[in-house]
Amino acid sequence: MPALRKLVRVESRLFLRDSATVVFGVLFPTALLLGLGTIPTLREPTPETGGLRPIDVWAPTALVFGMVMIAVQHVPAVIATYRERGILRRLSTTPAHPRGVLLAQVIVAFASVVVSAALLVLAAWAVLGIAPPERPLEFVVAFVVGFAALLGLGLVSAAVVRTSSAANQVGTLLFVALMFFGGAFLPRVLMPDLLRAVGDVVPPGLQALTTAWSADAGALTATAGGQPFWLQMAIMAGIALVAGAVAAKLFRWE
Amino acid sequence: MTALEVRNLHKRYGHRVAVDDVSLTVEDGEIFGIIGPNGAGKTTTVECVAGLRTPDSGSISVLGLDPTTDRAEVRERLGVQLQESSFPDAITVSEALDLYGSFYRDPVDWRELMELLDLTEKRDTRYKALSGGQKQRLSIALALVGGPRVAILDELTTGLDPQARRDTWSLVERVRDTGVTIVLVTHFMDEAERLCDRIAVVSGGRVAAVDTPTGLVAQANAAQQVRFRVSQPLDRSVLTGLPEVTDVENTADRWRVTGRGQLLSSVAGALARAHVVAEDLRVDQRTLDDAFVALTGRPPGSADASARRAG
Repeated sequence: MPALRKLVRVESRLFLRDSATVVFGVLFPTALLLGLGTIPTLREPTPETGGLRPIDVWAPTALVFGMVMIAVQHVPAVIATYRERGILRRLSTTPAHPRGVLLAQVIVAFASVVVSAALLVLAAWAVLGIAPPERPLEFVVAFVVGFAALLGLGLVSAAVVRTSSAANQVGTLLFVALMFFGGAFLPRVLMPDLLRAVGDVVPPGLQALTTAWSADAGALTATAGGQPFWLQMAIMAGIALVAGAVAAKLFRWE
Repeated sequence: MTALEVRNLHKRYGHRVAVDDVSLTVEDGEIFGIIGPNGAGKTTTVECVAGLRTPDSGSISVLGLDPTTDRAEVRERLGVQLQESSFPDAITVSEALDLYGSFYRDPVDWRELMELLDLTEKRDTRYKALSGGQKQRLSIALALVGGPRVAILDELTTGLDPQARRDTWSLVERVRDTGVTIVLVTHFMDEAERLCDRIAVVSGGRVAAVDTPTGLVAQANAAQQVRFRVSQPLDRSVLTGLPEVTDVENTADRWRVTGRGQLLSSVAGALARAHVVAEDLRVDQRTLDDAFVALTGRPPGSADASARRAG
């Protein structure tokens, strides 16, 4: 399908030319983690973190930051702009269905978040001595399914907002809410059990990512009831499917 | 060969009738104009032709295909340049052309198209950085990149400066010379007069007239005036006896003759027969503007009250 290949290539270039998204979605999570890693107290094991360094336990939050940024801020803003400016309308007069543009967006979003995550995991390992994910398969599953759930929310937002400025507002609200449970404001290790339990079902599923990255960190941040990894994956997959279906139902090309 | 045929098209949005009853036939190879006041139903008509909207009743045939049922095939063969459509800010001219070309089964060489539309030196410029005229030319190029037999150009030069408008017009003629049938939607009379082989005047969701630009002017049969000065004596009856003449006025040596039809040649012939030499001969040429007013009852560019906002 040469049209989709070209769309992905062009959308990738457009993504790379959008420096704000490249900086905040792809580079910032790594910079944030490395920046916090320069704070000496975060590199000292503490009793609250069970003998681990706070940075070890917090690292997945930086990963979640990039995922949320791209899924609920970048993607809906691009789609709303495309609709608002008649770019989708123009496409619908060609043999290419505008659906192809959305698919290309999703592919580029996935690719960029993979780069963001790879960069983060490598930098965490090389600079801060945080070991790469202990359970790589589960980590990849948690990452892909969690991002799909986030993207589902982003696409619902893209479907319901009328303008790009509304997309930015909804995106910011979603970003703050998701990043709260992603541990950006209050590290999950300090959250009471109730907040942890809610956080277990909030995309992209910080707990599942944490536990797949490091079992020790995961044990510290798990709810009292334990860490039902595959149940959380099922919930994330369910959110992705439901949100995707809702977005498809509500979506307007014009 | 008929490029486009619209029969009794009717389209309403809720209770508001956007297109009441439009029928028109566009022949292969012509530049066909659709003119009318804002809200007369021009854009709705071409949106139905492009398959963006489904008519409530009536039939449309684009190169023998129905835009509703043969949607995919019509999109292959019909190029569309729409109002209120745009491209991503950061896409470059060559990327847009290459990308849009890839959507079609049998695209034309976009490099040639870029040359034809004077965009080659802007090939690496981003859409956002193009001037209004360049954006419009890119939009035309993208409507043509699929190698369409028919192209619809809607409000081609709105918002362009006079020089850019003239440049765009000659480009449209160049495109027609490559064999593409063009449907031009406009509310600029000078544009329609300059470019179109035939024009449909649409008003209140109906076709008021279809003719060549000169035919429309003649059809509107607006009064014309011929003014001149003579140094010899001239008998009024030389002029008043002419069938084309409706009124003759003169003050001393200045004459003003009002009439219809082939007024100028008739008056000139009569003066020659009377051996009178006319000086400072002027004709108040009737224009498409006058014809438009006569046919629609309103000046060009004004909104159509019967179907406001229908576009």
